[in-house]
Amino acid sequence: MSTTAKTHPELSEVFNKDEQRVNWHDETLWWIRQKRDKSAHSIPEWEVLREKASQIKNNALSNLAEYLVSFEEKALANGIIVHWAADAQEHNQIVHQILQKHDIRQLVKSKSMLTEECHLNEYLEKQGLEVIDSDLGERIVQLAKEPPSHIVLPCIHKKKEEIGDLFHQHLGVAAGTSDPQILTEAARVHLRETFLTRRAALTGVNFAIAETGEFVVCTNEGNADMGAHLADVHIACMGIEKIIPKRKHLGVFLRLLARSATGQPITTYSSHFKKPRAGQEMHLVLVDNGRTVQMGREDFRASLKCIRCGACMNTCPVYRRSGGHSYHYAISGPIGAILAPNLDREKYADLPFASTLCGSCSNVCPVKIDIHQQLYKWRQVIVQEGYATSGKKMSMKIMNYTLSSPGVYKTAGKAGRWVLKYIPFAVNNHFNPWYKQREMPEVPKESFGEWYKKNVK
Amino acid sequence: MSRDKILAVLRENQPELVPLPAAMPLARVEILELQAKFKAMAEGIGSTVHLVDEFASIEPLIAARFSGEKRIVSTVKELVSAVIPAFELHPDPHSYADVDVAIFKSSIGVAENSALWLTEDQMGTRVLPFITQHMVMIVPLSALVPDMHTAYQKIGEAGYDFGTFIAGPSKTADIEQSLVLGAHGPRSMDIFIYA
Ligand code: SF4
Repeated sequence: MSTTAKTHPELSEVFNKDEQRVNWHDETLWWIRQKRDKSAHSIPEWEVLREKASQIKNNALSNLAEYLVSFEEKALANGIIVHWAADAQEHNQIVHQILQKHDIRQLVKSKSMLTEECHLNEYLEKQGLEVIDSDLGERIVQLAKEPPSHIVLPCIHKKKEEIGDLFHQHLGVAAGTSDPQILTEAARVHLRETFLTRRAALTGVNFAIAETGEFVVCTNEGNADMGAHLADVHIACMGIEKIIPKRKHLGVFLRLLARSATGQPITTYSSHFKKPRAGQEMHLVLVDNGRTVQMGREDFRASLKCIRCGACMNTCPVYRRSGGHSYHYAISGPIGAILAPNLDREKYADLPFASTLCGSCSNVCPVKIDIHQQLYKWRQVIVQEGYATSGKKMSMKIMNYTLSSPGVYKTAGKAGRWVLKYIPFAVNNHFNPWYKQREMPEVPKESFGEWYKKNVK
Repeated sequence: MSRDKILAVLRENQPELVPLPAAMPLARVEILELQAKFKAMAEGIGSTVHLVDEFASIEPLIAARFSGEKRIVSTVKELVSAVIPAFELHPDPHSYADVDVAIFKSSIGVAENSALWLTEDQMGTRVLPFITQHMVMIVPLSALVPDMHTAYQKIGEAGYDFGTFIAGPSKTADIEQSLVLGAHGPRSMDIFIYA
């Protein structure tokens, strides 16, 4: 990851150099978004489900401390060893110590965005340990020495020919292979060997249940289960916001998660871990890393409701055309752009601006997070705190002024339409970062206000 | 200690308690409709569904279908024969690495997504439904429920150590979104529904 010092517009520019790839990326994600729509529309009570999910999460957040205490108590009674980590550093140390205690130097890992957020792999590798990611997409980006570019589809930015090259180099697949079936089979053989030889497995957590002390891990590949059920030591890591009050609430979330993510009716495996296997040691690490602080920011608190389905990325016109790596944070797309500034305002000051504020993200979010409104609010905070570039500061000031005054808004709308029509180069220039790679919209002949006045009596 | 610090900051920062919503309303659906829905969903995600009139007709069908496979194990007591050996518990999960076919019986099948609920007791050992190359699931028609809410209602307060919903064979679409069955777990799933 050599990308930390660059901003979203600079990094998108790198991605945008290959126009065909941008179009392909855009179309692939849009196709997934359409699958999500079809799947959602097949459930007549979809909107009721979203509302329930949102309310359950609101309750969970409003009582999180008590739910965590209750979860811990039940989990301990179930025989799970519970750890608490204030930040990424402590999380990494806890995992390392568990491995050291058992004298284990090799770890097999299923998908966990939390460990990406904490940079666990780099940490363990620096200590001389070997980490193998077992989700196929994560294994691919790991072989390419890249971070995942999407939380659900980690290698969505890679072409099959590139994956073939990686597998040729690392797994001995014949040069020039690009057939997904053959490549998947090669990975299956390679990872089966890994599962069978690792004594420790790490998994993420999708939901943890306060009432019972169990946690649920959802995968399509079955890699979390292969790792956990074969290993002597199972370590599960979760952000504290993953708690839901009761087991029956899973009925709501499991119906929403996969449908929102890929359009599937449910993930292939939804595994409920309640007690360790006989003879196995099971650890659970509860991680804060900024979440308790975000809880105190009323405007951004709702971002903690996120169930990491990825729907907001798939629908985002900016994500689709700039790629996940341009967000230079473990969680990309609209929700990542809200979570990142919570951790480091200066480093991620650019991210809330990587949005058209079209609201599509908020419309698809299964837990009804007001994503685009939070992005707009972050922009204001970032400008006020002086982290924005001068160009952005000026346009923000104008935007604020315009939106808060109906008279000016009307005039500005007229002026805007006039400018786009008669002097388009005033907008279509390099001072407007969103003009790059695209034509500006055609100018409507009349404003919405004018149309409304004429048509609605 | 981080635990107390985290809880203290949370207590300070979390909003006023908001109540939980009322339970989801559950729709009532005819049992035959459930079977049709379940079958359509299962086939849509790569499973093969066999509808049989009685339990006794399942054994010959399985024996014929997997006649070429070397190691078959059945965790279903009533479904053991000369060609289908019973599952035997070995403390080392690695000893199941060469299982070709494993047979299970599920007590809950969800029509809206074809997910089948299995608990550790029904698996024989936890790794078996994942490590086997092919998977067979037996479900009585009476085990079908319309949706996830009804499924959890049926699971209720049950005290399992490990349980999982399984919907179809293991799969991935990580390479350019092409669907490939058999990522790490079973390459196929055969479901027998009997009346
Ligand atoms: S913010 Fe909403 S849409 Fe985006 S990943 Fe989270 S739950 Fe999904």
